[in-house]
Amino acid sequence: MSGHDSKYFSTTKKGEIPELKDELNSQYKDKKRDAVKKVIAAMTVGKDVSSLFTDVVNCMQTENLELKKLVYLYLINYAKSQPDLAILAVNTFVKDSQDPNPLIRALAVRTMGCIRVDKITEYLCDPLQRCLKDDDPYVRKTAAICVAKLYDINAELVEDRGFLDTLKDLISDNNPMVVANAVAALAEIQENSARPIFEITSQTLSKLLTALNECTEWGQVFILDALSRYKAADAREAENIVERVTPRLQHANCAVVLSAVKMILQQMELITSTDVVRNLCKKMAPPLVTLLSAEPEIQYVALRNINLIVQRRPTILAHEIKVFFCKYNDPIYVKMEKLEIMIKLASDRNIDQVLLEFKEYATEVDVDFVRKAVRAIGRCAIKLERAAERCISVLLELIKIKVNYVVQEAIIVIKDIFRRYPNTYESIIATLCESLDTLDEPEAKASMIWIIGEYAERIDNADELLESFLESFPEEPAMVQLQLLTATVKLFLKKPTEGPQQMIQVVLNNATVETDNPDLRDRAYIYWRLLSTDPEAAKDVVLAEKPVISDDSNQLDPSLLDELLANIATLSSVYHKPPEAFVTRVKTTVQRSEDEEYADVGETGYSDSTGRAIDSSGTTTTSSVTAATKQPAPAPTPPAPAAAVPDLLGDLIGLDNAIVPVDEPTTATGPPLPVLLPASTGQGLQISAQLTRRDGQIFYDMSFENNAQIPLDGFMIQFNKNAFGLAAGGPLQVPQLQPGTSARVLLPMVLFQNISPGPPNSLLQVAVKNNQQPVWYFSDKISLLVLFTEDGRMERTNFLETWKSLPDSNEVVKDLPNVVVNSVEATLDRLAASNMFFIAKRRHANQEVLYLSAKIPRGIPVLIELTAVIGIAGVKCAIKTPNAEMAPLFFESVEALLRG
Amino acid sequence: MAGAASALFLLDIKGRVLVWRDFRGDVSAAQAERFFTKLIEKEGDPESHDPVVYDNGVTYMFIQHNNVYLMTASRQNCNAASLLLFLHRVVDVFKHYFEELEEESLRDNFVVVYELLDEMMDFGYPQYTEAKILSEFIKTDAYRMEVTQRPPMAVTNAVSWRSEGIRYKKNEVFLDVVESVNILVNTNGQIIRSDVVGALKMRTYLSGMPECKLGLNDRVLLEAQGRTTKGKAIDLDDIKFHQCVRLARFENDRTISFIPPDGSFDLMTYRLSTQVKPLVWVEAQVERHSRSRIEIMVKARSQFKERSTATNVEIELPVPADSTNPTIRTSMGSANYAPENDALVWKIKSFPGGKEYMLRAEFSLPSITAEEAAPERKAPIRVKFEIPYFTVSGIQLLLMFVRYLKIIEKSGYQALPWVRYITMAGEYELRLI
Repeated sequence: MSGHDSKYFSTTKKGEIPELKDELNSQYKDKKRDAVKKVIAAMTVGKDVSSLFTDVVNCMQTENLELKKLVYLYLINYAKSQPDLAILAVNTFVKDSQDPNPLIRALAVRTMGCIRVDKITEYLCDPLQRCLKDDDPYVRKTAAICVAKLYDINAELVEDRGFLDTLKDLISDNNPMVVANAVAALAEIQENSARPIFEITSQTLSKLLTALNECTEWGQVFILDALSRYKAADAREAENIVERVTPRLQHANCAVVLSAVKMILQQMELITSTDVVRNLCKKMAPPLVTLLSAEPEIQYVALRNINLIVQRRPTILAHEIKVFFCKYNDPIYVKMEKLEIMIKLASDRNIDQVLLEFKEYATEVDVDFVRKAVRAIGRCAIKLERAAERCISVLLELIKIKVNYVVQEAIIVIKDIFRRYPNTYESIIATLCESLDTLDEPEAKASMIWIIGEYAERIDNADELLESFLESFPEEPAMVQLQLLTATVKLFLKKPTEGPQQMIQVVLNNATVETDNPDLRDRAYIYWRLLSTDPEAAKDVVLAEKPVISDDSNQLDPSLLDELLANIATLSSVYHKPPEAFVTRVKTTVQRSEDEEYADVGETGYSDSTGRAIDSSGTTTTSSVTAATKQPAPAPTPPAPAAAVPDLLGDLIGLDNAIVPVDEPTTATGPPLPVLLPASTGQGLQISAQLTRRDGQIFYDMSFENNAQIPLDGFMIQFNKNAFGLAAGGPLQVPQLQPGTSARVLLPMVLFQNISPGPPNSLLQVAVKNNQQPVWYFSDKISLLVLFTEDGRMERTNFLETWKSLPDSNEVVKDLPNVVVNSVEATLDRLAASNMFFIAKRRHANQEVLYLSAKIPRGIPVLIELTAVIGIAGVKCAIKTPNAEMAPLFFESVEALLRG
Repeated sequence: MAGAASALFLLDIKGRVLVWRDFRGDVSAAQAERFFTKLIEKEGDPESHDPVVYDNGVTYMFIQHNNVYLMTASRQNCNAASLLLFLHRVVDVFKHYFEELEEESLRDNFVVVYELLDEMMDFGYPQYTEAKILSEFIKTDAYRMEVTQRPPMAVTNAVSWRSEGIRYKKNEVFLDVVESVNILVNTNGQIIRSDVVGALKMRTYLSGMPECKLGLNDRVLLEAQGRTTKGKAIDLDDIKFHQCVRLARFENDRTISFIPPDGSFDLMTYRLSTQVKPLVWVEAQVERHSRSRIEIMVKARSQFKERSTATNVEIELPVPADSTNPTIRTSMGSANYAPENDALVWKIKSFPGGKEYMLRAEFSLPSITAEEAAPERKAPIRVKFEIPYFTVSGIQLLLMFVRYLKIIEKSGYQALPWVRYITMAGEYELRLI
């Protein structure tokens, strides 16, 4: 049944558009239809065929359904760019919505809802009203979804016209598909509304559970997802609900099964009878296992969810660990997730078999998978005390294979095992030392050094071993330097002989005078002072007993876990993050006022989901406990220095900055920011930022994303001298960032702090540091727009006087050839949003000349004259200001603004 | 948690957009294209292969089929399982229409593709994916009629998978029971995982709206119906039904009742995790005679009853990369070296039960190897086979598996059920070398 549509993609020799235009206006139906197909084909490959708008719309009035569909498709695509012409289609839409053929009625409302143009939307209401009460269920089910579309474009309209009530009535519709779509629409509307709109009563619940039996598979998912919000009144009701949902576990559609599991788990929280709970767990296990026979992508989603489920109900799959063993051909992302679950299900009973598997995986080819397998062995050792010895012997066997990355990974986990079981397995140190010179990764090196320092008294040549590292001290990464410092101090305290004494001199010297790293320097000074004033106290501090670490394989915070379990099958459960962390609905509707933007601050602002306290001191012992197995060498941290002071970065750039403290951290939200420090450069840390102006205040809107393996904390920021003396107006308040999480903050900025000499430029150099990584430097651009103050509006007379009073040498003119002004209003709105205020307008031939005023801080006025022909590229921009040096910056910013 | 896709994309192998539908105007084609081409460039990084990827405020979910990627983009917390499964269903629908889904077939049929997408998803919500019914009102050019079509009743009916008014002269039902054996054997010869996944594939040619019932010799089922099991019952771990089966009824009295779709479909799938004896056992011995010569001796044994015969047996034996000069001898079948897979493939057309065959092969190895060569890929031995007229789940109740298949139609007609059984190798892996 293959078609031959590809012929429509071929192009003609001479002017394609005029030729199509002719064909579209042909009187022959076939030719017309072929022409529309060609237009759609051109549209599909991304050619701009919007100039044919009128001609295509003229083909809309046709009996041919196929042709009609194509014209509708065209409209969806181009109506936005031609809103005035799109209105031409309205009549046909309205007519089609009353066509005797239900397919056409449905098509008309469906398409109208997709055209996100306000003018069209107004005309949608009446047809929609009719279609919601249509005789044909196919039309009603389409209309139900259309209400959600309309709500997305214009929520007020939906409420005013009473569509919500009609939609709610559809829940009692006699057709299951209509019910399902109405539920989906209501659930979405509820999500975006602060007011209760779609409340599920026990009556609706019962109605929907009945509809469940007759819905299409997708409809069942809508209903189950909506119902999972329902809170049963008591255990009895919960049991009743579960009873009606469990048959869904037998459905062939994996999404139905997962949504049913979600609902059952939600209700189980209320069920008190242990028998019932046990029974339900037994019932859920086989369907969960069967999910692993699905397509790999579905398996991935299932595995991420099972990971959550076994954290809450470990018994469900306690006996099923074998089904998580990796198959040779599993995609790597499935293998990684299976490994994670194997660790969670590992127990004294099955550990032997699990270890055999891990060992097998550790000899595979995929490096990341191999590393994870080695780490998994370590995590099992920490989790299962009785199996620790067996785990260690497997690790030793792997070290003997001498594959470099296996050895390094093994040493990292053995360090954790030493911490977990002190004074138990030190006999293997000798074997570890054999691999000393092959270590080239910071984490492995740091781990090995920690081991040497910690057990210095049992390693005869500990001083020699450490000494071999000292030569390269200045070149080592911070992580290794810190460990070297601590290990040398330990060695000295344990063997206060001549060799170590010399070493400690070298190290302390390196770590204080020679280093740029404030952490290292602080730690070194503290040791130095301790050693010189009270060596006994130094022993108490440095050789103190360390808190016991535990396994982190059940790492999710219970309240977060609750939230994620309520979100089973959704993206939230895949990311293991609450929805607020990634849901970024960008309202695309036009005329979005500033106020609206403020309204959803906080609503989408991301807060540290794991609920961990902000760890301002950075290296407190608690943090090393929870993250011990992941963090590099959680060394015997001496009591951390008093909470980090904001100017720790003080001389990074060589400035002495006045810091204006601001009490409240401001959270930010909004469109994505430009990435300034990509994760590839920042060892996994990604920083995006942009200067913005809100309420007369300049902020640095920043977003931090931690893609590294370790939590990051203790963030600080500093700005280099710049043309406007922009500097931080307060400390950077970033919470501790767990791996895989991100945070967004608004840093208040102040002006005129350290002004760089010379002509003004837009360069803004920024330095950011944290406790775990080296200092990151990146540069940004200062847009003059954020500097324009709110009081820049001038009276006409004032404007004229100022213009005249300034010498002509202060006038700078520039052509902006790539800027198009399509509408004066829109342009003025855009300029006004950036505090450039409209003064007057005049017409000169076909040119529009606009006069505007703006003010930069310290009251310097900027007088602006824009000359443009509407719709034609090229704007002439002239400015007059006492500070003419600013002109290039001004042009750069205005051009960016008008082009964006 | 509500939410749906913002847009649906069909991309070519390089990540360029072939066809897309925009539902919410908040993810542009250019943005998606940029993301996806970036992702493809990064190939090799396992993170980038997760089927769910977050980029710049947008979640992309994708699957690949031939030289086409299907992808959704969303800014909301949408149902990941449902959308990914939906993408697979889209593939099924396109395959039904164009025989194969690939870049070419999309280009050749873009009008129908748009029409289908329109019907399958609305505002990012999956709507309707029954290919058979869709083809009643969306037709490819060759079959398109000028009369205006109406949506078939089935689209919105409770029975959304079957249209009314179907007529056959001869009413027939074909039932294929296909059981796949998955097995994983460890280096020490121990079976560490084994299960059987069965599928009941049905092809129906029945008139009207037939009500069907299916009986199984599943122990739980029989006990629920108060029958004696007499050792003939089997234990199924999990049963999954096609959406035509009334699940609530099954939960109540374990009756499998349904109105089948017309044509072929999987009525049910089931899983059996009881330890099964490996039907085909393979042992391999590898000897490295010197740095440059390797000898492999393989024994393959069929461990099922003599009256059954395995057909199309294919044993894939991993050999070291860059092996050359193979000399191979077999006591049965033929073996070929497949250097592209670093494997030796031994094919035996017919392998009766209770037999043992041998293979002996010798290879030369490159005498020079890199000092720090990456560790050898340790592939398992993989086996493929089919055993007709045989099921693992109930060997002794061969003919009892489908106990009755009663067809009740108002007009009361006779229908003939034809039943076939076959067992095949699924993921059949032996880590033996």
